[in-house]
Amino acid sequence: MRNGVLFLFVILLTIIPLIFIENAEFGGADGQAEEAITEVAPDYEPWFHAIWEPPSGEIESLLFSLQAALGAIIIGYVIGYGKARKKYSSAKE
Amino acid sequence: MKKRSLWFSFVVLLGLTSYFWTNSYRPAYAMHIMEGFLPLGWAIFWWGITIPFVAVGIRSIAKKLKENPELKSMLGLSGAFAFVLSALKIPSVTGSCSHPTGVGLGSILFGPTAMSVLGTIVLLFQSLLLAHGGITTLGANAFSMAVVGPLLSYGIYKCGRKMNVSVAVSVFLAAMLGDLGTYLVTSVQLALAFPAEIGGFVASFVKFASIFAFTQVPLAISEGLLTVIVMNLLQKYNMTELNQLPTMKEAR
Repeated sequence: MRNGVLFLFVILLTIIPLIFIENAEFGGADGQAEEAITEVAPDYEPWFHAIWEPPSGEIESLLFSLQAALGAIIIGYVIGYGKARKKYSSAKE
Repeated sequence: MKKRSLWFSFVVLLGLTSYFWTNSYRPAYAMHIMEGFLPLGWAIFWWGITIPFVAVGIRSIAKKLKENPELKSMLGLSGAFAFVLSALKIPSVTGSCSHPTGVGLGSILFGPTAMSVLGTIVLLFQSLLLAHGGITTLGANAFSMAVVGPLLSYGIYKCGRKMNVSVAVSVFLAAMLGDLGTYLVTSVQLALAFPAEIGGFVASFVKFASIFAFTQVPLAISEGLLTVIVMNLLQKYNMTELNQLPTMKEAR
């Protein structure tokens, strides 16, 4: 119950900007920082480039969702394991 | 986990990494500080500061796991939490997106240096497979997300508990302020490397901080809430493991 309320707040925090800020691009804050660098130091040339980059936005979001999914499996597994252990160990006693 | 399956997944990961590695070059738009966007001197400097924390962290993890092998699942969960949260790009009130760090939970459970190791691994993954962050800037990014963030979280949690603030509120504040601290440090790092011609370090810092910190405030609150949710679940179902952690003894 309490967790449900907390989760609701998280969802609200995510949705509110989408509803109330119109015409926003919702690009990455890091991209903005890159722009800021080029403003402060227009002559700066990045001296090293990423070794590999996802070939498209789709592949990138695939890898991101894989990352989230793998992590979520582990979290669910550990908590589920604990829940079942608690259930059956107290049933035995 | 069985040793063989661990090796198997390691080999698969290595194979995938090197497969992706052999592909194309393009400029990157990336999380935290982008590849190549720190002058060489600063890149080396931040690497130098970060490495000791990671080394201490590896030793502390090895020691804890030797004493209590059952803690592996908790350690996995801490790493997984950081892994999930740093994959969530959440829209913010400034009209841009950023993501939580997720290192607060692990620092509260295992102490700050253990999280330096896990946080650095998460960043390494993102820089190699997603071109977010970078190898040259990994030292700086790890310093902000995996060294300062966890240290802040851990300190705030400890303080909160000492002042008899409830576990939930301490966890919330620790995770939230640790997240904000991470992005403030990133702003400091960028401002040090790129001081403005007029106004120098301070002017640059204000500029970078207003990009990162304001975007990050609502996300830091989200991170705090999510960390409390997981902590609640752990306290409900996984007390066996929590009781083996010295940092959690007083939470009972």
